[in-house]
Amino acid sequence: MNNPIDEEKINRLRQIAKEIRKDVITMIYRAGSGHVGGSLSAVEILTTLYFHKMVHDPSNPNWSERDKFVLSKGHAAPLLYAVLARCGYFPKDEIFTLRMLNSRLQGHPSMGSPPGVEVPAGSLGQGLSIAAGIALAAKLDRMRTRVYVLLGDGEMQEGQVWEAANAIAHYRIDNLCAVVDKNMYQLDGRVEEVMNIDPLEEKFRSFRWNVFTIDGHNFKEIIHSLDEAERIQGTPTAIIANTIKGKGAKIFENNNRFHGTAPTEEEYLQAMRELEEDQ
Amino acid sequence: MNELSEVLGKPLKYVGLREVYGEVLTRLGEKYENIVVLDADLSSSTKTSIFAKKFPERFFNMGIAEQNMMGFAAGLAAAGKIPFVSTFAIFASGRAWEQIRQSIAYPSLNVKIVATHGGITVGEDGASHQCTEDLALMRVLPNMTIIVPTDAVETEKVIETIVEVKGPFYVRISRAKFPVIFDNDHRFQIGKGYILREGKDIGIIATGLMVSHALKAAFMAEKEGISVMVVSMPTIKPIDHGLVLEVARRTRAILTAEEHSVIGGLGSAVAEALCEDEPVIMKKIGIKDRFGTSGKWDELIEFFELSPSKILEALRELYVRKLR
Repeated sequence: MNNPIDEEKINRLRQIAKEIRKDVITMIYRAGSGHVGGSLSAVEILTTLYFHKMVHDPSNPNWSERDKFVLSKGHAAPLLYAVLARCGYFPKDEIFTLRMLNSRLQGHPSMGSPPGVEVPAGSLGQGLSIAAGIALAAKLDRMRTRVYVLLGDGEMQEGQVWEAANAIAHYRIDNLCAVVDKNMYQLDGRVEEVMNIDPLEEKFRSFRWNVFTIDGHNFKEIIHSLDEAERIQGTPTAIIANTIKGKGAKIFENNNRFHGTAPTEEEYLQAMRELEEDQ
Repeated sequence: MNELSEVLGKPLKYVGLREVYGEVLTRLGEKYENIVVLDADLSSSTKTSIFAKKFPERFFNMGIAEQNMMGFAAGLAAAGKIPFVSTFAIFASGRAWEQIRQSIAYPSLNVKIVATHGGITVGEDGASHQCTEDLALMRVLPNMTIIVPTDAVETEKVIETIVEVKGPFYVRISRAKFPVIFDNDHRFQIGKGYILREGKDIGIIATGLMVSHALKAAFMAEKEGISVMVVSMPTIKPIDHGLVLEVARRTRAILTAEEHSVIGGLGSAVAEALCEDEPVIMKKIGIKDRFGTSGKWDELIEFFELSPSKILEALRELYVRKLR
């Protein structure tokens, strides 16, 4: 935890995150539907993974030695698409075909469509198992591949997640790192009111996982925890990232109306103005 | 039982499909280093235990957690492995249906689900462990190929074939030992049905264990002057549409026979083909929209009216309808 993180790098990530936020909001506004809140809460996490941490090659999406990212909370598809496009996996303008007929960008991601999407998602609770299978294959092949998976906090209510958590620890799949985007809300309201999942940290620990709890919008904390996770052998790591749903524009933040609803024109313009002014 | 031996023109032999599966899988494991095998705490019943013993580093017992097992298999396949996933048919197709849909069939991943204990011949364990719904559940999934081997010989060929063909497969085998129908030179092809016996009055299209019952029934019917064609249909999806129509054109009366619900399985697939392209009179033998129960497997065959004599009754009925 002592090596200093280059401020310049952090600033660069911050700039990218801001652009991605604008893309996500614009995509959903233009599509007329989509999940704003749960996309914006994970912007820093995906930005760090794709623009700092992961070894990958956007010009060769199937490169066998790449690190892999599995989006389990599939409703954050707009975020994944915006990140992949900005990396160069597919033409940038295509992001605005989100949710349209004949687009490669479905409301929830399909495998390989657009390029860079590792596995399908949308039905919650399945990504951790798939990520584990990918990570296990890498271990069998003695590859250095690391597999990252992003889960939602509401998603932790799915039983399959815990079947996977148990199996991953059992088989010591330590090249896997799960990040929980703990934005405190799910479709019907606050997670603790709909179906409380806490204490999440203790749950993971009791499943024999290594756990870090961080501020999911703080690049330094994200980077540190991802680096630490890579160092730990024999145990999988869960990073519980405390986040703000709708992070980036005041009208969206902690406003669960934007779980799955597009902003109006007025709300859209207001959000974009806010992001522009935030330097 | 002597009748079947007479029909087949060879001494009768009963061989377990599970044992063959476990042995073939282990043999293929030598040749294909990418094969990995997953089971959900039933490996000694599904016989993946044979593979586990030989290749412990490529066998993963996932515990009693079928949904997670399907997800692991999807990930392993996405990373280039050839996962064979085994558990009882009802737990594979039922418990983990949506995982199969979302994580395996939708991305068309190379996962081979080989489910044992299909049908009611599971026997004494009763309704909870019997499975009369799996063919219906799997048929409705795009990208899924479904195979029900006829006997031990075909089981071996099926496993050898699917390892070479990319994409998701659901193979249903049974707990009970089946009479060996085919000779070792049998050539199995995905999507092909086989005319095992010629006949002109009625065509039986049967799958799995019911192929042997159909052969026996056809033999008995012939003594009553009813000439019956018998077709084995191991691939339930994609069904051999051409052959179904050919049998219909030649006999104008079809009887289907399966150890599965009369809803959604082989009978439905044949009916769908016929009513669109070659409507003829038809009858289905199968489990009549009800749950199973405990009993010895041969008692259950009688109880659920899947026996050769029940097929014979259906043949008589169809024959009378045809003459009207």
